[in-house]
Amino acid sequence: MSVEIKNISKSFGSFTALKDVNLRIETGELISLLGPSGSGKTTLLRIIAGMDIPDSNPGSQILFFDEDVVSMPVGKRHVGFVFQHYALFKHMTVFDNIAFGLRVRPRDKRPSKKEIQDRVRELLRLIQLEGFGDRFPTQLSGGQRQRVALARALAIEPRVLLLDEPFGALDAKVRQSLRQWLRRLHDELNTTTVLVTHDQEEALEVSDRVVVMNQAKIEQVGSPEQVFHNPTSEFVIDFLGNVNVFRGRVQDGKATWGAAREERGEESRGADASDSAKIYVRPHELAVDRNKLSDESIAARVQRINLAGAQAKVILSTAQYEEIRVDLPMERFQHLRLVPGDAVFVQPTNTRIFVPDYSI
Amino acid sequence: MDREQENREGLNMDSSKTKLYSQDPWWVRWLLIGVTISFLTFLLLLPLIVIFQEALAKGIAFYIRSLSDRNAWSAVKMTLLTAGVAVPLNLVFGVAAAWATTKYQFRGKSILITIIDLPFAISPIVAGLMLVLVFGSQGWWGEWLSDRGIQVIFGVPGVILATVFVTFPFVARELIPLMQEQGSDEEWAAISLGANGWQTFWKVTLPNIKWALLYGVLLCNARAMGEFGAVSIVSSNIRGRTNTLPLQIDALYSEYQSAAAFALASVLAGLGVLTLIGKTILERRMKST
Repeated sequence: MSVEIKNISKSFGSFTALKDVNLRIETGELISLLGPSGSGKTTLLRIIAGMDIPDSNPGSQILFFDEDVVSMPVGKRHVGFVFQHYALFKHMTVFDNIAFGLRVRPRDKRPSKKEIQDRVRELLRLIQLEGFGDRFPTQLSGGQRQRVALARALAIEPRVLLLDEPFGALDAKVRQSLRQWLRRLHDELNTTTVLVTHDQEEALEVSDRVVVMNQAKIEQVGSPEQVFHNPTSEFVIDFLGNVNVFRGRVQDGKATWGAAREERGEESRGADASDSAKIYVRPHELAVDRNKLSDESIAARVQRINLAGAQAKVILSTAQYEEIRVDLPMERFQHLRLVPGDAVFVQPTNTRIFVPDYSI
Repeated sequence: MDREQENREGLNMDSSKTKLYSQDPWWVRWLLIGVTISFLTFLLLLPLIVIFQEALAKGIAFYIRSLSDRNAWSAVKMTLLTAGVAVPLNLVFGVAAAWATTKYQFRGKSILITIIDLPFAISPIVAGLMLVLVFGSQGWWGEWLSDRGIQVIFGVPGVILATVFVTFPFVARELIPLMQEQGSDEEWAAISLGANGWQTFWKVTLPNIKWALLYGVLLCNARAMGEFGAVSIVSSNIRGRTNTLPLQIDALYSEYQSAAAFALASVLAGLGVLTLIGKTILERRMKST
C-alpha cells in the first residue's frame, strides 16, 4: 500500500521533531528512515502509525492509498508496528501473543478458534519458531522475541509494516542475520515496509530506498547506491560511513587539494572565500604510494595499521598533524609492505566537493 | 581461596550485588547486626509478645468474652465497613492516578504526583481537622449538609472520608514507579493490533501491574484498619456506633480495662502480622516477574 506524507510538522513544546516533511512510500517497497537520534525518524514512523498526532497545519495530510488518515485512530489504520524492545505481552505465551490481534476483534469479525489456530501455526512456521507456541517471551532469546513481535504484527494482515529500530537491542551477529531474513520475508509477503534505523549499514543493505533524515528534515531520498555514491549534502556523506574532510580550493570547477594544503597561509591573505571548499574523500578512494605520482599527491607518514578486516585500515598523518584514514585492498597493502613510520604519498581517486555558503 | 573470592566480590563495583561486608573488620559487622537485632527485639518484637500476653492475662475465657462483647463486635464491623469502602475507592483512584500520570503528558503532572503524597506528609490529626473544617456544622458545607439531614462529622461518612484521605497514596505510590518503568509500548502494541481501551487495560495493563496493585491494596487495607488519628477527630466516640477498632481499644484502655483493650489490640496486631506475611509473598512474586 502506498503511503503519502504531505507537509507534516510536529513539535513537542519548544522542540521541533519534524519540519514540513514530504515523502511518498510506494506500494511493496522496503524503505528506511535513517538518521541520528533526534532527527525525527521515529516521530515520523509514529505519526504514520497514529501514535503521535502531527501539528494541525493546513495542507498537512497522511494518505494511505488515497485516503486521508490524519484523524483515524491507531486501531483503525491496520498497521503492523514492531518496537525496539519487542513490547511482547510478558504474561502470554508466544501463541497467545500472536493470536492477540485476531482475538480482540469484535465478535462478528473474529475468526473461529480453528482459523486462529491455523493462522498462528502458519506464522510460527514463517518466523521459524514452530513448536515454540507454548513458551513465554522470557524463555526466548532477543532475536526470537523480535521475530514473535513481527509475527504478532503480521497476524492482522497489516496494510503497512512499521519497524522502529527492530534490531537495535540485538548483538551484531544476530542483527546481521535478522536483517537478511527480514528482506527475504518482505519479498515473500509482498508488504510495504518502513524501517527506522540509525545504523547506516543496515539501511544500505536491506532497503529499496533510503530516507536520510537530520534535524527534523529529510536530507536526501534515494536508492542505497544513490545516497552512498552521490550524496547531495555534507551531512549525508558524513553520516553514511567514514570520510576524510580536507580544506581545498576550487578552480575552474576542479578541486586542487594538495596545493591548497601547502598554500594554506594564503587564505588569511585575502583569497576569495568562494574558492575555498570542503573536500570529502572516502577512505577507499585514496591511493597510497611510496613515490610522488602527481602534483596532487601530498606527503604523509604511516601512523597506525589495522589488519583486522577485509581491507587494511591505515591511518596516515600529514605534516600538519592531520589524520587521513585510508582503506587499502589487502594485495595492495602487502605489495607496499607498509610499517608505522614510513613516509608515503597519498592522492584521491575520487572526491566530492561542497562549497560552503557565502555566509561563512 | 574463600578469601580471594570475597575480595573479588568486594572489588566488583559494577555489580549491584556487590557486598561491602568483606571490606569491613569483623567487629563492625557484628556491631551493626547486633544493634539492629536488639533494636528490633526491644522495640518491636517484645511489645508484640506483651500484647498477646496481656490479652490473655485474665485467661482464655475472659479473652473470648472481650472479643464477643457487643461494642467490640460493633467496632469490628465498623472497621470492616470503613476498610471495605475506603480500599476499593482508593484502588480505583490509585489506578486512575497512576494511569493518568504515566501514560499521558500534561502540564502540572509533577505537581499532581507530589500532591498524591500529601497524606503521607501531614499529620492525620490535621487531616481530621481539615474534614471538620469542610464538613463540620460550622464548616463550609456544614449548613448545606445539615439542611438535608446528612451528618458527615461524628457519623459513619466522616470516618470513611478520613480513612480514604489518609490511605489514598498507597496504591498510586506502588503503581506509578512500576508503570513509569514499563512505559506504554505494550499498550500501543495492543491498540495497534486493534484492541480497544477496555481490552487493552484488562488484557495488557492489568496483568502487568497486578502484583504491585495487590501489594498497594494490602498496605492500604492495613492502614485503613489501623488508622487512629484522623478518625478519632471525626468520630463521635460513641461506643457501638462510630467507633472503629483502634478507637474502641483507646476507649477501653483509658477506662483501665486493659485486659479487654489488649484483647482487641491482639486482633489488630494479628492482622498486622498477616499483612506482613502477605507483603513478603507479594514482594517475592513481584521480583520473579
